[in-house]
Amino acid sequence: MKTIGQSGTPIEVLLVEDSPGDVRLTREAFREANNAIHLHVAADGVEAMAFLTHTGDHVRAPRPDLILLDLNLPKMDGREVLAHIKDDITLKTIPTVILTTSDAELDIVKSYQLHANCYLTKPVQLDAFESLVKSINDFWLIKVKLPQKAPCV
Amino acid sequence: MTIGNGGMPKEVLLVEDNPGDIRLTREAFRETNASIHLHVAYDGVDALAFLTQQPPHVDAPRPGIILLDLNLPKIDGRELLAQIKQNAGLKSIPTVILTTSDAEEDIVKSYQLHANCYLTKPGKLEAFESLVKGINDFWLTAATLPPADPPQHGISA
Repeated sequence: MKTIGQSGTPIEVLLVEDSPGDVRLTREAFREANNAIHLHVAADGVEAMAFLTHTGDHVRAPRPDLILLDLNLPKMDGREVLAHIKDDITLKTIPTVILTTSDAELDIVKSYQLHANCYLTKPVQLDAFESLVKSINDFWLIKVKLPQKAPCV
Repeated sequence: MTIGNGGMPKEVLLVEDNPGDIRLTREAFRETNASIHLHVAYDGVDALAFLTQQPPHVDAPRPGIILLDLNLPKIDGRELLAQIKQNAGLKSIPTVILTTSDAEEDIVKSYQLHANCYLTKPGKLEAFESLVKGINDFWLTAATLPPADPPQHGISA
């Protein structure tokens, strides 16, 4: 298995998730799938935007290669975070994957309309969740061509 | 693992002008997932007619995903991508760039135009087959796609 990023550098992934249990499971599943991943966590939408714009406690935050975004978040909702990212000339090129328990058609359609790069439904079963995280790694972090670091920052 | 959401066949639109690449893609999908219906548009104009159900494609199904080459006759892939992603009825269809170009400019520009992801066609046959399998495993198996008949369907470009 490939364990390093396209350029041999660590892969920065930003997980925007408020459930500590889901954060822990995601971290463990990524650790198993690919040990070159640096998983950063923002617990709400406001913190995610601070991370992405290098403000507040996040002045030294790296630009993520991939964002995993829950929809239902405190302070600023995931839909609003998504809209901000995809309206921002420097942030819009970062692939943003929705990772949520919602399988409501409205959420799916709305997310794609807001230019989510893809929509994934969190399975309840632990082994199915681990397999989903592995497929995120195998596809997005190995097969997909990501934009290079900081094209416009 | 070989049928779509709800057991329906998966409609995939490949926009590609190179007959060799079309054949290889078709064979690789057939091997991977027998429930895929692969439709082919040979240029950007043909693709747009398919997506908006204009002649000769009045009965065209709405694709679950689009695989789009960048260098195409008539309407370029970049222009077609821009049109898809600005159209209220079409923008929710995941559009995957599948091209030989690995120029950083093409990669960045495609993501700026809201391509859902960017894939480079490998030169080696085995690697190409593995990439098609990857598309199937991720987009047609793991990902949740928009419904085939959202209310916006039918809005023309």
